Amino acid sequence: MSTTEPEMAPENERGRSSDAPEIDEAMMAEQGIDMEVAEAVAPDREIAVEVGDKLVEVQNLTIKFGGLVALDNVSFDIKRGEILGLIGPNGAGKTTCFNAMTGVYKPTSGKILLEGTSIGGQKQHKITRMGLARTFQNIRLFGEMTALENVVVGLDARHRTSVGGALLRLPRHIREEKSAIERGMALLEFVGVADHAATLSRHLSYGHQRRLEIARALATDPKVLCLDEPAAGFNPAEKEDLMALIRTIRGDGYTVLLIEHDMKLVMGVTDRIVVLEFGKKIADGIPSAIREDPRVVAAYLGEPEDDVA
Amino acid sequence: MSMVDGPTPLPGAKASQAAEDREAAKSGPGTSADAPRGGMFKSFGARWNALPRQQQWAWLTIVVVLAYLLPVINPPLISTEPGNNFALACFDMARFALIAVGLNVVIGYAGLLDLGYVAFFAVGSYTAAMLTSPDSTFLKIPYLWTVPVAMAVAMFFGVVLGVPTLRLRGDYLAIVTLGFGEIVRLLATLIPAMNGQVGFQNVGHPPGLEADGTPIFSNANGTPWYWLVLTVLIIVLLLAGNLERSRVGRAWIAIREDEDAAEIMGVPTFKYKVWAFAIGAGVGGLSGALFAGQVGFVNNQKFDVVTSILFVAAVVLGGAGNKVGAVLGGALVSYIPLRFTAIAEYKYLIFGVALVLIMIFRSQGLLPARQRLLAYGRLAYNRVAASGKGGTPPSGGAPGTATSTEAGA
Repeated sequence: MSTTEPEMAPENERGRSSDAPEIDEAMMAEQGIDMEVAEAVAPDREIAVEVGDKLVEVQNLTIKFGGLVALDNVSFDIKRGEILGLIGPNGAGKTTCFNAMTGVYKPTSGKILLEGTSIGGQKQHKITRMGLARTFQNIRLFGEMTALENVVVGLDARHRTSVGGALLRLPRHIREEKSAIERGMALLEFVGVADHAATLSRHLSYGHQRRLEIARALATDPKVLCLDEPAAGFNPAEKEDLMALIRTIRGDGYTVLLIEHDMKLVMGVTDRIVVLEFGKKIADGIPSAIREDPRVVAAYLGEPEDDVA
Repeated sequence: MSMVDGPTPLPGAKASQAAEDREAAKSGPGTSADAPRGGMFKSFGARWNALPRQQQWAWLTIVVVLAYLLPVINPPLISTEPGNNFALACFDMARFALIAVGLNVVIGYAGLLDLGYVAFFAVGSYTAAMLTSPDSTFLKIPYLWTVPVAMAVAMFFGVVLGVPTLRLRGDYLAIVTLGFGEIVRLLATLIPAMNGQVGFQNVGHPPGLEADGTPIFSNANGTPWYWLVLTVLIIVLLLAGNLERSRVGRAWIAIREDEDAAEIMGVPTFKYKVWAFAIGAGVGGLSGALFAGQVGFVNNQKFDVVTSILFVAAVVLGGAGNKVGAVLGGALVSYIPLRFTAIAEYKYLIFGVALVLIMIFRSQGLLPARQRLLAYGRLAYNRVAASGKGGTPPSGGAPGTATSTEAGA
């Protein structure tokens, strides 16, 4: 697959954000960042904001289900080019937040902006096309489709063939179908499922299904890739692989929002972490600071008895 | 800058493609031996998919020629005579097959249970009848022109029914479509201009006279009608195949598999559900117009709910989602009562039992072939299979899985 191993430290990325107004591909190549997926999926992608600017803004987001307040006035940003971790104990509202961002739930109040445009009230498929793609906590692939077909469904989000065009096999349809095969295979190769391109996705192993979900979400050419507990059910070795994969995805110029339980993975891969507890944001900062934050420690481990808080 | 070194670009791969085809042909027997044995039909499907393209076309040509010659040959055991005219029986089989292919788009691809499909068939029949029969007060146009008009009107009705109801899912949608089927039949009874049970006589037919002055497309002459419907059926099958191997087909299957996930992956699910309804309705209207032309008489007695259920039975029997299965199912549902006239009285009982048995023993239908959803998927899959056989170490039986699944595809 790749000739260069995209092992790049987060510092690289940060440093670049200040002095490089646009992604300079040559410079990134020098730094060992390869644009493989970005190029295979979207050779002509354009992102309005610069690296380090706010790509997604969640403003005072509140979601109520009847009397239950699932999210209470939560605000945070996702900056372009970062891996943001969203963590919290079970029931803290992480997935609710995710669902609100991808249009599954309507916010009771508050706003979600993607590159300054509100995505509130948009249809879900429109939000995907605006550049917000997600995977699911419980895998939701199209079981009767092959791995490659699953990815191509994601690629279709950017295709413009009409029903008539497909019916009569017009040139655009043929062009898009051919490029979809190439790009789909490149994506499968990227996540390491290429050998199983022709396998029905329900026959894939659990780990491959998780990876295929990521490939399918990447195929929609997102600006922000939202991963909902991608490491659930993984053993430590698989988690290591996944961390490398997430770093590579970021190295390709994607922004990643990661919901995860596994602290080691979150601490190891994220640039910044937002902590939720009972629907409220209790902390927001770099991993080392979050680790030391007494409120986070309390949320995860409980209050020490002798600690008068 | 590009470091994509895995897949080679397609345009330059023509020569290697031929080689791969040959390779696939060679590996054919081995593949089908690896494939899980799931009865006669399944191994047939596996072997069929292992054939190279040219051989598939050759076999298809033979089958098509035989299909055209069917009423001429009138094979003794298969023939429905003396009970029923075999050419007319062939026409009826082709008509049912056409209906099943149209309904298969709705039920098999998009997974929308439509129990009122007969409504679109009725709309097509009435459109053709009212625009050609002397009993109607509408303007008259040549019969062949009514065929596209009938399709368009049926599609319009498909959209009219689809837009408000396709927000419903599963059972709720089935109930609403069932109601719609009844509404159309009742309207035909109640609206004076639609002549109720009196109906429309002398519906038009395509032009052309035999040497002795009788029209070629007369009611009693089944063969030309059969050829006409068969030709239409083949065209519809080809177009349906085009749709299947495109983003439209993928969107439908994705909706069938997981509608919410499809929506989140950027599929405009509502739009594609309406399209499925409209296309299904268009094919229904088309077959309705052809039926009206052949029978020459349309009234409100032919479009009851039971007929609708029979259409669904044809799709499920053949294998929902598989257009060839739909052809088989449609033809069988029409053929059995015509051939075995002694049991024709009990056809609903027999189909009921057959459906129950199918559900128990072969829930995928007679031909459970999976849809192929990529126009150029064969290239990619062959490459995967080839690279798996070549130098790279197979990780966890990768090539075996890949080839056997493709064979099952």
